[in-house]
Amino acid sequence: MDRGKTETASPADALPVVVEVKNVTREFRDGRGNGVAALDNVSLSVRQGEFVSLIGPSGCGKTSLLRLIAGLDAPQAGEILADGEPVTGTSYERGYVFQQANLFPWETVEENIAFGLKARGVYTEHRADVAEYLVMAGLKGFERAYPHQISGGMAQRAALVRSLINRPRVLLLDEPMGALDSFTRMDLQEKLLELWQSFGTTMILVTHDIDEAVYLSGRVVIMTPRPGRISEIIGIGSPFPRNRGSAVFVELRNRVLKKFHLAGAEPPAEYAI
Amino acid sequence: MKRSSRVLFNSCSIWKLFAVLPYAAALALNILIPPVIEVDELPFRALLAVLTVYFGARCLFSLRGGPRAEAFGRGARFYGAVGVLFMVWDVLSSKTGVLPLPFFPGPAQIMEVIFRERGVHAMNCLYSLRLFAAGFAAGTLCGSVSGILIGWSDRWHYWLFPVMKVAGVIPAIALVPLVLIVMPDTFSTAVTLVALSAWFPVAFTTARGIHSIDRTYFEAARILGANDFYMLRKIAIPGAVPAIFTGISTATGIAFSTLVVSEMIGARGGLGYYINLAMGWMNYASVYAAIVIMAILFISVLTAINGIKNRLLIWQKGLVK
Ligand SMILES: Nc1ncnc2c1ncn2[C@@H]1O[C@H](COP(=O)(O)OP(=O)(O)OP(=O)(O)O)[C@@H](O)[C@H]1O
Ligand SMILES: [Mg+2]
Repeated sequence: MDRGKTETASPADALPVVVEVKNVTREFRDGRGNGVAALDNVSLSVRQGEFVSLIGPSGCGKTSLLRLIAGLDAPQAGEILADGEPVTGTSYERGYVFQQANLFPWETVEENIAFGLKARGVYTEHRADVAEYLVMAGLKGFERAYPHQISGGMAQRAALVRSLINRPRVLLLDEPMGALDSFTRMDLQEKLLELWQSFGTTMILVTHDIDEAVYLSGRVVIMTPRPGRISEIIGIGSPFPRNRGSAVFVELRNRVLKKFHLAGAEPPAEYAI
Repeated sequence: MKRSSRVLFNSCSIWKLFAVLPYAAALALNILIPPVIEVDELPFRALLAVLTVYFGARCLFSLRGGPRAEAFGRGARFYGAVGVLFMVWDVLSSKTGVLPLPFFPGPAQIMEVIFRERGVHAMNCLYSLRLFAAGFAAGTLCGSVSGILIGWSDRWHYWLFPVMKVAGVIPAIALVPLVLIVMPDTFSTAVTLVALSAWFPVAFTTARGIHSIDRTYFEAARILGANDFYMLRKIAIPGAVPAIFTGISTATGIAFSTLVVSEMIGARGGLGYYINLAMGWMNYASVYAAIVIMAILFISVLTAINGIKNRLLIWQKGLVK
């Protein structure tokens, strides 16, 4: 595990762009038939191996953006490229972790983790991976448990490795820790960092939690609602492992919080002290 | 606190005794009072003796405590009441002749018939079971397959769902004339009727079950690399199993009624056939005997289906103990 790896902006610029969002607009109709711009002319590019967090108040289009990148939805205007190719549908190369762990309840933990391999017809070659990923998720001994028999944190770890077993180029994470208590959440944050560092998978994480964004990512993208736009992108240069109590961390966190205010957005309730 | 729990315990024990005593009392009364009609009372006495011993043993074992003892404690009042009912019924019928014959025979007469004609009953049970198994299996199979097709594919839904909605409200029995024309013999007619009556409830709930599967399961599966057919097999069908069983439970009751009625109209065996025959002879004790046996048979079938369901649905929350 290379926990001492530093993350600075300049050398990463040389790496290829994995996800490119170009002037994307996505409108929904509300109950009365009026158009709501969930995303308005949004552009963002993410390079290989980057860890990017999307942060912003509820309804600013974070999930919409992630679903577009995944290919679960299509924009009305603009274009999304993955490895230079236009996104036309889903692909196992762009993994997705949902807010609720979303494990298939009728499959055991082991079957859930093996799902991607079996669905793609490569299970026989990669059979050994399943046990390895089980261990990685700290779920040894729970192979035969059903999702309702494990805790929320365990379920999220299982969902994480279920996506990673396909070795995706990008992992899209939609508030995977939103429903967890703070200890389980910190535990999962460590796991996520560990997996990111050992696989080098590009991560795009949606979160409500400023601390989480600053702790994990190389760049924090701040979004504002109505219409959903990117208002600010803040680079977090500090090296890993990061210390949540350090002066640098607090300083960064306050910078993000201030940008949040300047962007005219209400910060999440837990920061309004 | 201690005191009140002690009182509770005592009252509980009294109720547990109440589960046993009526059967013993009924047995004693049956032996003491001579019958006013001619009846072989031995089978009824044997039944009462068996029940007395059975509940007595459960009562004794329940002194040890545990979940089984608690279940017995909860059921005790009801078991006792059934014993009282046996006693009263016996006295009012065979012992005094208050209940008019032949329409209301006593428990001793019914037990006599069940015992004396056990060979015939066993045969009729097998006959009914064979018919039920064939019809119900065909019906649930067609029902789940068509339900899955309708729930999965918009095109099947478009063409079949309205048909099913209309066909589903027609009682299978109403189709007797039609089925009789199409089918070569009475057995296949009865099988078809049972199958039809099971088909629609299963198909309906299955289709609805697939529609109600959380959309994100399909999205997750697609992102993980599943194609349509794989999602059908691994998401839609397993996700619909609870709904299929809801349909099966509904269908079981309907299929039982269809079974009995279709046996009454021209079968050459089975419990429905037997009831019809006994009615013709004005032999009401036999009618009731067949009804009792039918109840026991159907409860066994329901228990078996429930067992299969619990097996298949161990992944569901709250189903496993
Ligand atoms: N399927 C949909 N139909 C109609 N409107 C939608 C749909 N999905 C999203 N919206 C609207 O688009 C806007 C952005 O929604 P989105 O789910 O992307 O927000 P979000 O940033 O993920 O919010 P949250 O933090 O609460 O998850 C909201 O106003 C929402 O009401
Ligand atoms: Mg969201």
